Amino acid sequence: MAGTILEVDHLTKRYGGLIAVNDVSFELREREILSVIGPNGAGKSTLFKLIASFVKPTTGKVTFNGEVISGRAPHLVARKGVVRTFQEATIFKGLTVRDNVIAAHQLRARASLWGFYLGSATARADEAEFGRSADEILGFLGLSELRDEQASALPQGHLRALGIAIGLATNPKVLLLDEPFAGMNHDETMHAVELVRGVRDRGVTVMLVEHDMPAVMRISDRIVVLNFGQKIAEGTPAEIQKDDKVIEAYLGVEDEAIGL
Amino acid sequence: MIPPSLKIAGAVVFALVLLAGVPLVLNATGRFDLYYTLTLISLLAIASAGVWITFYIGRINIGQAAYALIGGYASAILVTGYGWSFWLTIPAAGLVAAAVAVVIGLPILRLRGVYFAMVTLVSTEVARLTALALPITNGAKGMVSLPLPGPIAIGPLTIVPDFSTLDNPRVAFYLLSVIVMLLAFAGVYRLVHSRIGRLFVALQQNEELASSMGVNIAGLRIIAYAISSFLGGITGAIFSAVSQSVYPSSFTTADSINFMLNCFLGGLGYVFGPLVGTFVLRFGWELLFQMAQFQLLIYAAVLIALMLVLPNGILSLIDLRGRKAAR
Repeated sequence: MAGTILEVDHLTKRYGGLIAVNDVSFELREREILSVIGPNGAGKSTLFKLIASFVKPTTGKVTFNGEVISGRAPHLVARKGVVRTFQEATIFKGLTVRDNVIAAHQLRARASLWGFYLGSATARADEAEFGRSADEILGFLGLSELRDEQASALPQGHLRALGIAIGLATNPKVLLLDEPFAGMNHDETMHAVELVRGVRDRGVTVMLVEHDMPAVMRISDRIVVLNFGQKIAEGTPAEIQKDDKVIEAYLGVEDEAIGL
Repeated sequence: MIPPSLKIAGAVVFALVLLAGVPLVLNATGRFDLYYTLTLISLLAIASAGVWITFYIGRINIGQAAYALIGGYASAILVTGYGWSFWLTIPAAGLVAAAVAVVIGLPILRLRGVYFAMVTLVSTEVARLTALALPITNGAKGMVSLPLPGPIAIGPLTIVPDFSTLDNPRVAFYLLSVIVMLLAFAGVYRLVHSRIGRLFVALQQNEELASSMGVNIAGLRIIAYAISSFLGGITGAIFSAVSQSVYPSSFTTADSINFMLNCFLGGLGYVFGPLVGTFVLRFGWELLFQMAQFQLLIYAAVLIALMLVLPNGILSLIDLRGRKAAR
């Protein structure tokens, strides 16, 4: 079994009287695809923000390769290799597709800002490298032909792929995908599932929050289920589908929703 | 796309027109009064370029006059109180303004939209009241009778003569202002077209996403604001030398608003927008002088019309023409 890369340790987040995430613990193993599911308002998005350190936990901690990352600035956590993408189409609308990905290479920059301003040799080497790498990533995600389009002009499915491209450009060790399949039709979803598998095959550990149960069951190595901020189950897709607590949490829509 | 060689040629021609062509025409026609107007436009364009940079990271900055005032006082105090050469006080005033911007920017750059705009709007008034209250700035009396800039010499070689020995220091001030303006815009142009410019756009469009890909957004915002204020500071320094004085009312909230308008009018998407905007706004105002009591009325009507017809600024005319040609 692969080693633990990221550990969520008794994490709690309180907003006033509301407990969004309540004493959640689990671990993420290297090079797996782990999905976090749960009904609306179960605390999935808050959990994501906690792991990427966009919000600070009330109690508990997140460790990455043995180092506590919770409570640090998001860009420092990203520098460690824990990178999130966003719900919906969160991209830089005013830049071209290629420039979006090039801009996202910030973490790989070796030149200083002064270097980039003055056009030093290191900066020029960086720029060339970013361009090559961006082209490779765009090719991998099937966006090569759209590279010079303004990002705001892309259709939904491509926008999601661009979001993943931006995530990949940071060279992450752990990529957190927030609802990567939302708003996609069946074919688009199946294509995106393949893309996410491909991302994992590049050596990236993937954690995703998703509502699309068939896609989740298809793609996940393991699943963590949240309900009202608490973890109610954890296991392989087969185990989760048989879990009584999970079925109960999804009561009313559950039979179809979890693919039974 | 315009080839780079053509861009360089254009820049050289533009510089030659300003540095040689304009003085030639003004001397021939005897319109020496226009030197002062053009000096002022050059200086105000530098400060507007600073405001434009803060727009470029997605912040509405209505406080540039505060930094111009800080720069003006910094230069005047260093010249009269500490015997510095005026020339050295230009960068020094810029650095003082930038340092103040870092201290103020750390807390306020966390604000966005109208909240940031409101705080900056107040800052000009704070700067004015501070200048009134401090003993070193000489209160309401201001600092007057500032000496004209001295010479710059390397050994026996005089590069810039002592301004007080010139027949017409106006021309010298005009040339100084234009050169600094050209340098400022060249610097901003390079900034925008380097990787930093791309990161600034990233900030402007989505700070959370920029942060998630490892960009130190707080640091980058401070850098942009400090550069902006640096340009405000050098504007103030040169202005204090041109008018040989600086008062708490040398730069007011109205100036802050004008700097912002210059950017809007010229075009927020174009590096040279603030230059065009300043020229049109300031020159238009002076041209309408003969309309006497109707000056403000016509001016305001023209401004409103321009914003309605060209919401992306005067320079968006270039893109409109380009798009038609492409069809």
